[in-house]
Amino acid sequence: MQLGKLLTIENLVASVTETGEKIIKDVSLSIGYGETHVIMGPNGGGKSTLVNVLAGRSSYTLDSGRIDFESNNLISMTIDERARAGVFMAFQYPSEIPGVRPWQFLKAATDSHRKSEGLPEYSVRDFSKIYDSNLKEIGIDSELMKRSLNDGFSGGEKKRNEIFQMMMLKPKLALLDETDSGLDVDALKAVGNAVNKLRDDRRSFLIVTHYQRLLDHVKPDFVHILIDGKIVESGNHKLVKKIESSGYESFS
Amino acid sequence: MTEGNNSISRTTKLEEKDYKWGFTTEVDTEVVPKGLDEQVIRFISKKKSEPDWLLEWRLKSFKHWENQGLKSGEPSWSMINYPTIDYQDIHYYAAPNSANNPKSLEDVDPEMLEAFEKLGIPLEERAQLAGVAVDAVFDSVSVATTYEKQLKELGIIFCSFSEAVKNHPDIVKKYLGSVVPYSDNFFANLNSAVFSDGSFIYVPPGVRCPIELMTYFRINTADTGQFERTLIVADEGSYVSYLEGCTAPIRKSSQLHAAVVELIALGDAEIKYSTLQNWYPGNKEGEGGVYNFVTKRGKCAGKKSKISWTQVETGSAITWKYPSVILQGDDSIGEFYSVALTNNHQQADTGTKMIHIGRNTKSTIVAKGISAGKGNNTYRGQVKVLPSAENASNFTQCDSLLIGDKCGAHTVPYIEVKNPSAKLEHEASTSKVSDDQLFYLMQRGLNEEEAHHMIITGWSKEVFKELPFEFAVEAGQLLKVSLEGAVG
Repeated sequence: MQLGKLLTIENLVASVTETGEKIIKDVSLSIGYGETHVIMGPNGGGKSTLVNVLAGRSSYTLDSGRIDFESNNLISMTIDERARAGVFMAFQYPSEIPGVRPWQFLKAATDSHRKSEGLPEYSVRDFSKIYDSNLKEIGIDSELMKRSLNDGFSGGEKKRNEIFQMMMLKPKLALLDETDSGLDVDALKAVGNAVNKLRDDRRSFLIVTHYQRLLDHVKPDFVHILIDGKIVESGNHKLVKKIESSGYESFS
Repeated sequence: MTEGNNSISRTTKLEEKDYKWGFTTEVDTEVVPKGLDEQVIRFISKKKSEPDWLLEWRLKSFKHWENQGLKSGEPSWSMINYPTIDYQDIHYYAAPNSANNPKSLEDVDPEMLEAFEKLGIPLEERAQLAGVAVDAVFDSVSVATTYEKQLKELGIIFCSFSEAVKNHPDIVKKYLGSVVPYSDNFFANLNSAVFSDGSFIYVPPGVRCPIELMTYFRINTADTGQFERTLIVADEGSYVSYLEGCTAPIRKSSQLHAAVVELIALGDAEIKYSTLQNWYPGNKEGEGGVYNFVTKRGKCAGKKSKISWTQVETGSAITWKYPSVILQGDDSIGEFYSVALTNNHQQADTGTKMIHIGRNTKSTIVAKGISAGKGNNTYRGQVKVLPSAENASNFTQCDSLLIGDKCGAHTVPYIEVKNPSAKLEHEASTSKVSDDQLFYLMQRGLNEEEAHHMIITGWSKEVFKELPFEFAVEAGQLLKVSLEGAVG
């Protein structure tokens, strides 16, 4: 493993578990500490699959390749072990969990992280303080959080809630799966601000997006173009301009 | 590449350890020899120094059971399977010897107190701190009651059934068998002949019982059938909330439990009856475990009365139980909230009956069945609207949750309407814990069991919220313990 890398993906091949259809055909990518990477590409290119494979979703099967996360072999870790090790995914379509309050859910999640770090659970009081201040910052109405988790949340509210959870859990690696889709201008700005505030020289981001608009708020260090399961080009933020002007066709 | 099997399956081994309440206590027990005949019934009645009328009632019940019950056999319409029960191979009376006449806690066998400790029963000071009055039934004889004084001042009677027979015979005589007649069904009939002990509550007119009344039942003597008999009478305009929690130690052979609970709510009175049932479910192969054949029924006798049943059933090898409400008084309300969980080889056939007789009577049924392992879960419910029940309404919601692919869930609603003004709604759903939900929760750091537990508790919330707070927490724990090893 290269020194100073948080995540190293080598020759990853992954397919849909049910059908066996190969989606990721050969991806190698490494993300250093504190770096923000963006993956762009046409629909069906494998962007979402890549982040879902990193998070450990069982609907995808890893056929070959290697993924190192710090000094760990990520592939051998369960979903929750990955999460507690610091991998966070902001979902494109977060599930609704009837009867479970967001507060209760996040308290349990936070406690599980703290426990694995050998820290005591937060007291209800301390946790609530952090919870309330983050909620305010991301701009979620606290009345909304009295409902069941994601139950009756609008698309934008769900996305804000994902970023809110990221703020609470402070991951080492945040995977943002099309978080910017379906967001209005204000929500986009709130998400951008939240990401920027969390950026530091230890925390890394892998942002999957179709659009430039989030990147107006969050300036990436690296941009990769994923087409048909392969990264066809990597570069800096100038690559985004190129895509905006001439589309993906010039890359394939 | 073998290590690349990137799936969430993670096997969790389940050992016998899981039934954490499995222990037995060494207490001198007076046991009548196995078998049932008139002599045994006379013995039980005599042991309890019962009045003649009660002995007569027992004998009448026994005769009916012998002549009709045994001939036609146990009810066969339910979706449960179990080996034939030999009714002559059961002890019908067991009483802890030293507990015959305890005057105070000091008179109670220390081992028994220790058993209560292990069960976490808030007897002594803990009871007071928790604001709970306990009428603890250890096998058949009630051994200790607390809070008696405070309740006495309000005129509330909360004691063992046997004491009630001694001290309040008029009330017992008036109401015993008035909701569940001795001839009602095979098991209720048997209970009427041999019932051991149970709880008795009377709340006088206009009194609101300030504390939750609580009883713990525990089957402790090997192969002793338990035949509790509980009677709760809420007089005009009164209110009482009663909690019943059950655990039992591990036993090799199956144990029969056939209780009868009768509730009577007079005009404007309300009774709330909550149950956590956690009896030994048998081992993973389905051996052992309690057979729980219970008849629970309430009668909303007066105008605007209300009876509400809430149950969380996680234990027993077999659960056969239909807490029901007879809505006799005009404007009366009946409610049934249930979560029944079956894991491994457990079988539950449970539900309710709402019998609408009075005008503007209203009933609500929320029944949730969780099946895991090879468990089989049946909701069986009857809503009956009689011609007299003008403007009756019922709402029924039956939800089934399946965990794994070897379990079963069944919904059997019976609806009988004889008054055209009735409004009935029935909703039913069957679902599985979705992989997406699990992935979502696990991606936030919860392990697979925690994730399952959170989803299932959330799913059960509509019922849990009907429970008193401490009970709701315990109910969540029960689900967790009962589901250990069911996921993965």
